Amino acid sequence: MIGTNKATETLLKVENLKKYFPVKKGLVIQRHVGDVKAVDGVSFEIYPGETLGMVGESGCGKSTLGRTILRLLEPTQGKVIFQGQSLTELSREEMRKIRSQMQMIFQDPLASLNPRMKVRDIIGEPILIHEVLNRVEREKRVSKLLNIVGLSPNHGERYPHEFSGGQRQRLGIARALAVNPKLIICDEPISALDVSLQAQIINLLEDLQAEFNLTYLFIAHDLAMVKHLSNRVAVMYLGKLVELTSSEELYLHPRHPYTIALLSAIPLPYPNQKKGRIILKGDAPSSVNPPSGCRFHTRCPEMQDICKVMDPELIDIGNKHFVACHLHTDEKKKVGNSVTNHQ
Amino acid sequence: MKLSKGSQFGLYIVALMTLVAILAETIAPYDPLQVVLKDSLQGPNFKHFMGTDLLGRDILSRIIYGARASLIIGVTATSISLLIGLIVGSVSGYYGGWVDSLIMRLTDIFSAFPYFLMAIIIMTFFEPSMISVFFVLGIAGWTNYARLVRGQVILVKVSSYVEAARSIGAKDGRIIVHHVFPNILSPLIVYTTMNIPGVILAEAGLSFLGLGVQPPTPSWGVMLSEGKDFIFNAPWLIFWPGAALLFSVIGYNLLGNGMRDRLDPRYKQGGESNGSRLVNSCQRS
Repeated sequence: MIGTNKATETLLKVENLKKYFPVKKGLVIQRHVGDVKAVDGVSFEIYPGETLGMVGESGCGKSTLGRTILRLLEPTQGKVIFQGQSLTELSREEMRKIRSQMQMIFQDPLASLNPRMKVRDIIGEPILIHEVLNRVEREKRVSKLLNIVGLSPNHGERYPHEFSGGQRQRLGIARALAVNPKLIICDEPISALDVSLQAQIINLLEDLQAEFNLTYLFIAHDLAMVKHLSNRVAVMYLGKLVELTSSEELYLHPRHPYTIALLSAIPLPYPNQKKGRIILKGDAPSSVNPPSGCRFHTRCPEMQDICKVMDPELIDIGNKHFVACHLHTDEKKKVGNSVTNHQ
Repeated sequence: MKLSKGSQFGLYIVALMTLVAILAETIAPYDPLQVVLKDSLQGPNFKHFMGTDLLGRDILSRIIYGARASLIIGVTATSISLLIGLIVGSVSGYYGGWVDSLIMRLTDIFSAFPYFLMAIIIMTFFEPSMISVFFVLGIAGWTNYARLVRGQVILVKVSSYVEAARSIGAKDGRIIVHHVFPNILSPLIVYTTMNIPGVILAEAGLSFLGLGVQPPTPSWGVMLSEGKDFIFNAPWLIFWPGAALLFSVIGYNLLGNGMRDRLDPRYKQGGESNGSRLVNSCQRS
């Protein structure tokens, strides 16, 4: 662990990560009839101190991706490298120990808090597991954490159901912060809250990031929130990344037709402004039998013949703007020479 | 929310029975084993409130001591079942996969085995006594607990808070003890309460057949067995132990019902009435 901070500039590197859920049939002898390809070959990097937004419609595999990175689900294939250490090769026990470095904030704040435990014990649990502190020191830390997330230390004696929705998510954040993690995976932390609370929680997350130098992988489907919070944004469709670039670039110059369609769906605050809204045909196809070639070709307004046959790779079209679309492969050839091979 | 009237009544019966069992020495008017042949087969009178049996033993005292036998067997056998069921069921439910399949098939085999037959087999190896009754009934009963616990564990283990516990690096043991157990407790308490009268009845059945508690130790089943020959000329011999059994079983069942209502989280949160729950479930289906 010592010295790895300096050695690697990336905090987290995900390489060709796949998570398949087997589909089985049969009562006694179960035959393997296919896979739900929830995450199918995703690669990206997260740099220390940044926020990477991960957006996509529901069912595209973004939550599964978050869980697979933390090995709450065992990856089917691929690598997750955290601070130069390959998580996928660690034993269960080694993995358990390294969990203090990366924490998760869950979508449903109430469901993620044990209803039979007092808040003090819920927030104190990671400290109890990972650190050698006596009771008094631990309670002190818990009180401090409650203060940090905007609650009062005497809230510690209560049970989760006695809190409001926003307060519960603050508890979830306090638990994630308890052991000073480097990376926090936020799995739609605001989508269960109403709008006024969403802003509060987002502000809290931003303050905490500045204060503790945290790195976020922020999974969401609210594009406006993601734009506000993220340095870079990745767009996911049916288990694959289709576009990855800086936040401003994505919103100003989206390249992938799916991203363009998604962005056109953001409600605008100006009622008179004309919305060039693109409505995609049909539903997202099944991830058991994803379409051949480019997965988006069944719904793409700019589909070409090649899209049905060849799956486009995620390539850099310049300025670290990654797109997986045949529309932009030519562009790559033009710019490609000047762009050094990105790992 | 308070217990309903019926359940309160149940609670009183159970409390009374427990008190009687604990204070048997103090409140029993006679020694339950003392044979007084000249008082043989007396009907209820002022000296012997419930009458006497063939050997002139005071029935009230024997009923009081019998409550102790029933309670000890009910609680001990249930605890044995609960302990085995808790361990087997939580391992099966938590780990799943082939472990689960194997354990559940073994459980099926066990529950298909009639416990009277098992009692007879065990009694051929050991002397029939209170201890052997513990084991027969304890081992006969664990399968239901295992199934109940397994189902609840499966329900809880996919919950977000168990996932959260795993994500903070809690070990399996810690997750089971701190996160799973406390959340499966309510249905378990209810089932245990409802199960005790079954065990008490089973003990009476075993003792009646001579496979359980052995005479002269007073037990309601033994008393029924001894009294059955005098059913016409001394009916109080079977009336009192029968009534004692009836009341204790009713008491535990009423209490169990009340606890189920009390501990059901749906009741706790919304205070929904039975009717609206019915409507909800109809709408859902």
